[in-house]
Amino acid sequence: MSTQNKSITFSRRSFMKTSSLAGGGLLIGFNLFNACKPNAKPPVNLAELDYNEFNAFIQIADNGAVTIFSPNPEIGQGVKTSMPMIIAEELDVAWKDVYVKQGVLDTNNYTRQVAGGSQSIRFGWDPLRETGATARQMLVNAAAARWGVDPSECSTNEGVISNAAGDKLGYGEVVNEAAALEIPEDVTLKDVKDYKIIGTDAANVDIDKIITGEPLFGLDYKAEGMVIASVMRPPAFGQKLETFDDAEAKAVDGVIDVLKFGDKIAVLAKDTWSAMKGKKALKAEWKSDSKLESTEDHDKLLLGLLDGNKFETLREDGNVKKAFSQADKVLERTYESPFLPHNCLEPMNFYANVTEEKIHLVGPIQTPEGTAKNIAKLLERDFEEVHLEMTRMGGGFGRRLYGDFAVEAAEISNLAKKPVKVVFSREDDMADGIYRPAIKYRIKAAVKDGEVTGYHLKEAAINSNMYGLIPNFFPAGAIENYQVDVAKYQSNITTGAWRAPYTNFLAFAEQSFFDELAEMMEVDKIKLRLDLLQKVKGTTDERIQYSPERMEKVIKTAVEKSGWGTKPEGVYQGFVNYYCHNSHVAEVADVVLENGNPVVKKITCVVDCGIVINPLGALNQIEGGVIDGVGHSMYGDFGFENGVPTATNFDRYRLIRMKEAPVVETHLIQNKLSPTGLGEPTLPPAGAAIANAFKAATGKRIYNQPFIKYPELLKGPEKEIIG
Amino acid sequence: MPTYQLNINGESRSVEVSEDTPLLWVLRDHLDLVGAKYGCGIALCGSCTIHLDGVAVRSCAISIAQVEGKAITTIEGLSEDGTHPVQEAWKEVDVPQCGYCQTGQIMTASAFLKDNPNPTENEIKDAMHGNICRCASYTRIYKAVEIAANKMAQ
Repeated sequence: MSTQNKSITFSRRSFMKTSSLAGGGLLIGFNLFNACKPNAKPPVNLAELDYNEFNAFIQIADNGAVTIFSPNPEIGQGVKTSMPMIIAEELDVAWKDVYVKQGVLDTNNYTRQVAGGSQSIRFGWDPLRETGATARQMLVNAAAARWGVDPSECSTNEGVISNAAGDKLGYGEVVNEAAALEIPEDVTLKDVKDYKIIGTDAANVDIDKIITGEPLFGLDYKAEGMVIASVMRPPAFGQKLETFDDAEAKAVDGVIDVLKFGDKIAVLAKDTWSAMKGKKALKAEWKSDSKLESTEDHDKLLLGLLDGNKFETLREDGNVKKAFSQADKVLERTYESPFLPHNCLEPMNFYANVTEEKIHLVGPIQTPEGTAKNIAKLLERDFEEVHLEMTRMGGGFGRRLYGDFAVEAAEISNLAKKPVKVVFSREDDMADGIYRPAIKYRIKAAVKDGEVTGYHLKEAAINSNMYGLIPNFFPAGAIENYQVDVAKYQSNITTGAWRAPYTNFLAFAEQSFFDELAEMMEVDKIKLRLDLLQKVKGTTDERIQYSPERMEKVIKTAVEKSGWGTKPEGVYQGFVNYYCHNSHVAEVADVVLENGNPVVKKITCVVDCGIVINPLGALNQIEGGVIDGVGHSMYGDFGFENGVPTATNFDRYRLIRMKEAPVVETHLIQNKLSPTGLGEPTLPPAGAAIANAFKAATGKRIYNQPFIKYPELLKGPEKEIIG
Repeated sequence: MPTYQLNINGESRSVEVSEDTPLLWVLRDHLDLVGAKYGCGIALCGSCTIHLDGVAVRSCAISIAQVEGKAITTIEGLSEDGTHPVQEAWKEVDVPQCGYCQTGQIMTASAFLKDNPNPTENEIKDAMHGNICRCASYTRIYKAVEIAANKMAQ
């Protein structure tokens, strides 16, 4: 390899760390290796070859074809393609010779088998490269030993090892010998400039199966003797089961049994339709065991929290009170968001077969390890008895971080002594959710002598508040007197992570506020942001993880690429820059008025996520994130009346569709920095980008989501909405 | 339960189910054809789209009793080996993110293009508006339909 210069060397210590993540199976795999014929790579179906295990990530077939296991759950974020690409790059094999398989839950050989927080690539970057590089070095060492030369005289290219004399050996020929060797003390990773796979377009590894309708998803999974369970749960949050009558349900053709577990009732049937019909025929009575809450209550409670003084302070710089008392001008605004259901298009479902020997689980789950542990604990079984296989997922968006549906499947299987698949209807999925909590923000800024001298952000949320480093996101560090306070109301409505938790609304609030702040200060909107960023440069505050330099670059690139300020009359623009999930993003929305109504035509999106593993997949994530952000800001309308959700299907819950989707023009910042995730960071800025553009177009400013709740907005540019 | 004789992907298949069973669940649970997906059950998301006598319909909202004697085509029968121009275009553009809605999108697009081989931008958007993609891969869906139209015109 011509990458000895400038490349990174990892010590053995580092590899051993990797080994626990990636390759404890290395030694186990050795005796399974077989020699093979050199350079034999006929066109074959890669899926049907016999493979020899190399380690938990890599198997190499006799003909040199390679299977790479993708450890993390695939929810549509593309890691089943991009994570194996990283291994293949350092292993130095041709991507066309790689067959990718989904790894099962395996806590001995993998760590962090989680899809969440846009962190799979960021955390996988070093270990996956080391895994590939270590395997490659061992194959080289084996070939060198056979030739009696020093490994440094050998090079590799696409699965073939060469020496100075021109001899060649395929990887498949030396795997046996490689297996008998010591794990190298250190391995050398490629320099970015030598990448052949990373940075090139790779199609979704499941594309052929997706477009032909082969079984891939949890809902497609079948097993011998499996029955379908449709579960009746309390219709309102705050209710418990009192009594039920299952006579009519049991009379439905195809229904096998009806079982009560906790406050739920499972109807077991031989097929899905019979199970759903059986559930409809169930009669149950419910009693309230806590308050049945309504959106009206939540609005009052959260606004009450914002008006009150029961806050926890998450960051405090200087003295905001003093800044406000000495200010020339003060701006204070309140922003409100509703609960949101996830609405993965594949409703929640899971297969469980609990037997005396083991617990077999199959299905779509973002947190396989945590879910397997919860089930083992609930059923008082050893974790080692749980075998969990992850299917491809019809969306995740955070909903499948919670294994409630898998736990239900295990409970029911344990009771019924049968293999069971729990299947949610769309109504179950929307009504028995773990929602994005309703949140309200109040932001207040002090301006003195043309400078922002104080910034006070208050959050009032249902059940839980912003966490981690979020209170330290921009503009933290840029304003001398800065404070973030949070308060919460404990509700009986279940809430959790929803794509880009907290920032999915915080970005809208803050970036709408900046726009209005610039208007009040009578300064250029871009300049206000750039001036603030100047003050963060050189910060020694370790809580500040956004880079002012990288942020500045995405802002300037977005200004240039979007034609900011140079658009013809009739095109109105809105600007946003944002940092979350370790990536820096700027978005510019172009809005036009059609019959007096503002219409989003285009979003220019600039992203710095470091090295891009698979540009084809990256662009898809970026475009999807932007349009999802536009859609939920515009249409995501969800709440509760006496504990009952206001919508349970797409007749009353609107998702963005083809004709409402703007064009997305993406620009990726090119650099050699370690990659960060893309599943979430482009979603949060989209709402503020269009709201700021709507303001430019109509003179009306939006403070609350969803925007469809502003019928005035559809009446053209006359009156001002002040929140 | 009554027995129904169905014509699916050119084959005659026999199933015994209750008469109100939606075609979607007959396909998925009784005939092992899982390409049509369940998304909403009320004909609003398009994930379950199949062709009935060449017309795109929502298999979740049509009962088995209504389809006897009609030619049913599912994604599994759209082409022998995934080489229908719409499937090829989907592959060329690499449309899917999670992939769950895509068979329904492909079935909607293929029926539409058969009747409208030279669609305008608005016609494509109108035709695809009924199919939800929760991952919002709409820009690629649009592009793939456009490419498929060109392929079919050649």
